[in-house]
Amino acid sequence: MTTSSVSPTASSASTPGTGLGEIPLQPPAWSRVTRRLFGHRGLAIGLIVVGLAILIAIFAPLLAPHDPYHQDIANRMVPPVWHDKGSWEHVLGTDKLGRDTLSRLLFGTRISLTIGLVVALISGVIGTTLGVLAGYFGGRVDAVISYVITTRLAMPVVLVALALASLTGGSLTTVIVLLGLLLWDRFAVVSRSVTQQMRDAEYVYAARTLGCSLPYILLREVLPNIAGSLIVVMTLEMAHAILLEATLSFLGMGVQPPLPSWGLMVAEGKAYMFFQPWVIAIPGIALFVLVLAINLLGDGLRDLNAPGGRN
Amino acid sequence: MGTFIVRRILIAMSVALTISIVSFMLLHLSGDLATSIAGPEATAEQVEQIRTDYGLDRPIVNQYLDWLGGALTFDFGRSYYYQSTVVDLIVDRMPITLTLGGLALALAISISIPLGVLAALKRDTWIDRLALLFAVVGQAMPSFWFGLTLIVVFAVTLQWLPAAGSDGWQHFVLPAIALGYYATPAMMRLTRTGMLEVLESDYIRTARAKGLRTGSVIFKHALRNAIIPVVALAAVELGFMLGGSVVIESVFSLNGLGQLAWDAISRNDYPVVQAVVLIIALFYIVLTLLADVANAALDPRIRTR
Repeated sequence: MTTSSVSPTASSASTPGTGLGEIPLQPPAWSRVTRRLFGHRGLAIGLIVVGLAILIAIFAPLLAPHDPYHQDIANRMVPPVWHDKGSWEHVLGTDKLGRDTLSRLLFGTRISLTIGLVVALISGVIGTTLGVLAGYFGGRVDAVISYVITTRLAMPVVLVALALASLTGGSLTTVIVLLGLLLWDRFAVVSRSVTQQMRDAEYVYAARTLGCSLPYILLREVLPNIAGSLIVVMTLEMAHAILLEATLSFLGMGVQPPLPSWGLMVAEGKAYMFFQPWVIAIPGIALFVLVLAINLLGDGLRDLNAPGGRN
Repeated sequence: MGTFIVRRILIAMSVALTISIVSFMLLHLSGDLATSIAGPEATAEQVEQIRTDYGLDRPIVNQYLDWLGGALTFDFGRSYYYQSTVVDLIVDRMPITLTLGGLALALAISISIPLGVLAALKRDTWIDRLALLFAVVGQAMPSFWFGLTLIVVFAVTLQWLPAAGSDGWQHFVLPAIALGYYATPAMMRLTRTGMLEVLESDYIRTARAKGLRTGSVIFKHALRNAIIPVVALAAVELGFMLGGSVVIESVFSLNGLGQLAWDAISRNDYPVVQAVVLIIALFYIVLTLLADVANAALDPRIRTR
């Protein structure tokens, strides 16, 4: 990406002392440039943090100072290192079973990223298929698929996911499958509207005239041209799925103990939050930072993908 | 306008029917209800006993039709757990969830719309960036964690507000903030983009050229048009918040519909689960229907689509 052109002070330095405020509703040209840069800066931050998270997930066994499942009853609820009673042995402290919080946090990255990625892939395939078909064919196909989308949107996702996860016995796999089957709506809505716009594009018309098969047109002509929008939706749905998994696990219907899901870590620390607030603060901040980074990445990609967004 | 409304109502009714079928089938097909109800220690005979007692041995279509027949007259059967009918439980808990949702929406609207307008007027200044930061943070904040953090800060440390319960208005402040912040980012962003678009349009230029005061241009001409899509979004967000209240109610021990649903889910009280899912979906359907009609009334171009 164009991160090299982003100077850290670019947007803040040019804000004060403008003196060019005669037409307040029409931003001057330099301002659009800083806006671009600010967008790119978000993209850069997002890329770096998500990249770090992926590295942490891959190398968790090498990075973690302790076994994330090892219980040490003698060392329960050890506070983090910045606390008076903290020690470098357990940098982020230990939980109620004496397990090392930092190690659990590092391994938890694997759960969140797996959930985000696989759910976005499953829901992406379902949603894009429905959306492209609806957008390309229009008419009755569109009416039926739009009805399915409307119905899906009216279903309360959290409630339905909770009920089904409880019935099927929550586990990492069931959470992934459930969320994958539930979160395809945005993919469908976006790919439908983008496909509609290119249904009558000249290259699609040309392919049709040349006698290309329908799958060829959809996969080789339409899909590459909606890929940009789909990647943006994909990042947003990854963030959505990670938050929902944490919520389900927090409510006890998602990933089950002893797996180090961040939502589960918050749930396990809930009883201690009044006197040892870090037990919920640490996994909560991890969740917040990862989701924020993925959203920044998505927003940045959307800016790049927008018409005229590259200059 | 008449045919538009009738068509929308018919679609809404059939969506509601489809939801009832889908949620019923999902619950009945994703696991064996009788085994779940009987619990892990039940013998095979006990499971069979429960299956016949609750009528779970009959064909699923018959079970659904019976349930639907009852649901149409607001008879959702009896709770497996509580000694009362499902309708009584729902009527009892509904006011709390509606209060929470209403307060959260009021809060979200009163923050997001002024902030969105301000961000659009002060585009590319620090105010705009601060508003964007506020939205970005809100989108990434896990609502259950935000709720717990509010409890630790305002209920435990500062002791300004109660942490749990639903006795007085004070009990609704923190939950409404936690739930409302969730709806704020999208509405703020939509207000901002809407205002930016409208402010560049011809009729705003005309209004300015006529020499109207800036305040009049912004509020009477620009905001009134920019707000149309925000109305629709607000209705959708209220629907989402009612569905998402299960999380917030559990964090703050508010005894509303969400808490009822969560208790019912963990106790395998399926008549209650089914009814709450349907009721929440109905709220969403009615809200989006009202938003559609309101939109069409405000913007005649929508009707002809």
